[in-house]
Amino acid sequence: MKAAKAKIKEKEAGQSRGEESFKNLSGFEVRPLYGPEDVSGFNYKKDLGLPGEYPYVRGVHQTMYRGRPWTIRQLGSLSSPAEANLRIRQLIEMGATGVSICLDMPTIMGRDSDDPLCKGEVGSCGGVAIDSMVDVRNVLEGIDLNEISINFVTNAQSAAVLAMFCAVAEERKVPLNRLMGTLQNDILKEYQAQKSFYFPPRPSMRLIMDTIEFCSQHMPKFNPISISGYHLGSAGATPIQELAFMLANGFCYVEEGIYRGMPVDTFAPRLSFFFKVHNDFFENIAKFRAARRIWAKTMREKYGAKNPRSWMFRVHTQTAGSSLTAQQPENNIIRTTIQALAAILAGTQSLHTNGFDEAFSIPSPRSEKLALRTQQIILHESGVINTVDPLGGSYYMESLTQQMEYECYKYFEAIEKLGGVISAVEKGFFQREIAEAAYRYQKDVDEKKRIIVGVNEFIEDEEHEKELRLVDPEFERKKIEDLKKLKRERNAENVAACIDEIRKTAKGHDNTMPCLIRAAKAHVTLGEMIGAFRDVFGEYRDMKIF
Amino acid sequence: MTTKRKIRVLIAKPGLDGHDRGALFIARALKNAGMEVIYTGIHYTPKMVVEAAIQEDVDVIGVSILSGAHTTIFEKIFRFLKEKKAEDIPVIAGGTIPPDDAEELKKMGVRAVFLPGTDTADVIRLVEKIVH
Repeated sequence: MKAAKAKIKEKEAGQSRGEESFKNLSGFEVRPLYGPEDVSGFNYKKDLGLPGEYPYVRGVHQTMYRGRPWTIRQLGSLSSPAEANLRIRQLIEMGATGVSICLDMPTIMGRDSDDPLCKGEVGSCGGVAIDSMVDVRNVLEGIDLNEISINFVTNAQSAAVLAMFCAVAEERKVPLNRLMGTLQNDILKEYQAQKSFYFPPRPSMRLIMDTIEFCSQHMPKFNPISISGYHLGSAGATPIQELAFMLANGFCYVEEGIYRGMPVDTFAPRLSFFFKVHNDFFENIAKFRAARRIWAKTMREKYGAKNPRSWMFRVHTQTAGSSLTAQQPENNIIRTTIQALAAILAGTQSLHTNGFDEAFSIPSPRSEKLALRTQQIILHESGVINTVDPLGGSYYMESLTQQMEYECYKYFEAIEKLGGVISAVEKGFFQREIAEAAYRYQKDVDEKKRIIVGVNEFIEDEEHEKELRLVDPEFERKKIEDLKKLKRERNAENVAACIDEIRKTAKGHDNTMPCLIRAAKAHVTLGEMIGAFRDVFGEYRDMKIF
Repeated sequence: MTTKRKIRVLIAKPGLDGHDRGALFIARALKNAGMEVIYTGIHYTPKMVVEAAIQEDVDVIGVSILSGAHTTIFEKIFRFLKEKKAEDIPVIAGGTIPPDDAEELKKMGVRAVFLPGTDTADVIRLVEKIVH
């Protein structure tokens, strides 16, 4: 009787608040109540299993955070390599256990600081300017590469940065097989969402596979790729699109590897992922659980992987930058906390919490510290880590997970019909789907179908004191001077020979990593390495979707 | 009898950055509000933006920037507009721009700066206001 009454009340409340508020971000209707009937046919052993066991829905490790906390991984980059190094040290001092290093826009676009196209953008975006291995050396100065895992947020230029990292490790006498860390190195999502690509998709894929192959042979503790849903979500993809497109991309890399002749278990254990957690709490958690089940099943059943590590979906997570608001920025601390909690209840391996001021600036030292402390408070004070997968078995959670999985396979079919991921990229499928979702979301906000506190409701006239991180206005000039000096002092003949070798290797089928490492040691710049590839592969223009 | 020409807007995404969610959104929103919208796509240089604006005979240039390079890029856009004697084309901006910089951009000549969280209707109203 009580329950029935509650149900009616719920319905009334629903009507007064409008239908839309009970749909999740993927647009699926959420029912007022979930019970055993919503998970009919559910088999605990088969569908969930124990943590650390196939299909890993409850987590990839048996004891999860009781055994080892997730990696607290914050952004440790800033325009100049020396400042980035300082910031990394400060983060470690404050308790970070991993760092991500972002690149500035010129480096992202494969160009050196002295390229005329880059004027005004050197050291931008809170990213570090990498021109040569000297910059990588300076960023990592004094950082214990056996202790701290470095996540290089590199994509189209990954092979060049990896080569410089290897050159620095050799200089420091750290054997490659002891290096930890990750490259983002996910080019497919660049074409789909972030749009930082230079070459056409197919030669780009070849460079990615060169790095994966090289790491599988020489760097067993290093993750050569972090297949990213994050950027899809940031561009507007809903959680179901993020899940489906990211996994489809993941399987595309697996197929490329197999096609190249690499046995699946030689490289699949080191494939890693990168998720975004947006505002819908339970939906975002279900996304992780569904991902683990689909990845495990597909790797085992479709691709015949035998090594359990190939079945494990390991993931880094970042809270949603695109959920942050410029209005009442302190509210973003709360948003980030809720999102971080979702990521942890979802079983992430690593987490990056955003600074509250990132809707209008790169994070200030204060916002950066609060973001890091947010993770520490959840870890040490909230008690959520005391038991593994506390949400497992919830009617709502398991039903949502099943729904995400089901909808995900529908997307896989659609992509298959278009001829696979690369072909669907060339046809603009992902780009259109994501832009459409972004448009719907913003319309919902404009029409107040979605309430964003401080943006379309509870609005204040505000003049908050905003403390921003200042970037040295002289940095660009100094960086260009340093680069010119480097170019003057290196052995020009050797440099020319290295660039020539890169071009020749690019034309053939051999792995490009060895010649890139030789070039890095000869102080060939990133722009020169990418330039050599550009000569061979050509440039790609995005297909217009507007 | 004159038929009123549709407002023509160039949405541009100059610089090296490819984060085009905002640009694509606003292009579509203005189009749905009855305007003619030309979207440059990513990686246009300031010079190409100005040339496109003149060639397409637009009433407004909307520039989306999220990379932090706004000051340099707007300086260049205004310089090229002046060179081409097209300073009368109004320019508006959107993106992740620190509030103090937004004031600087306005002093430079940017008619309005829209930060994340802007109501789309405000953008449409402003474009209509500055054109008519």
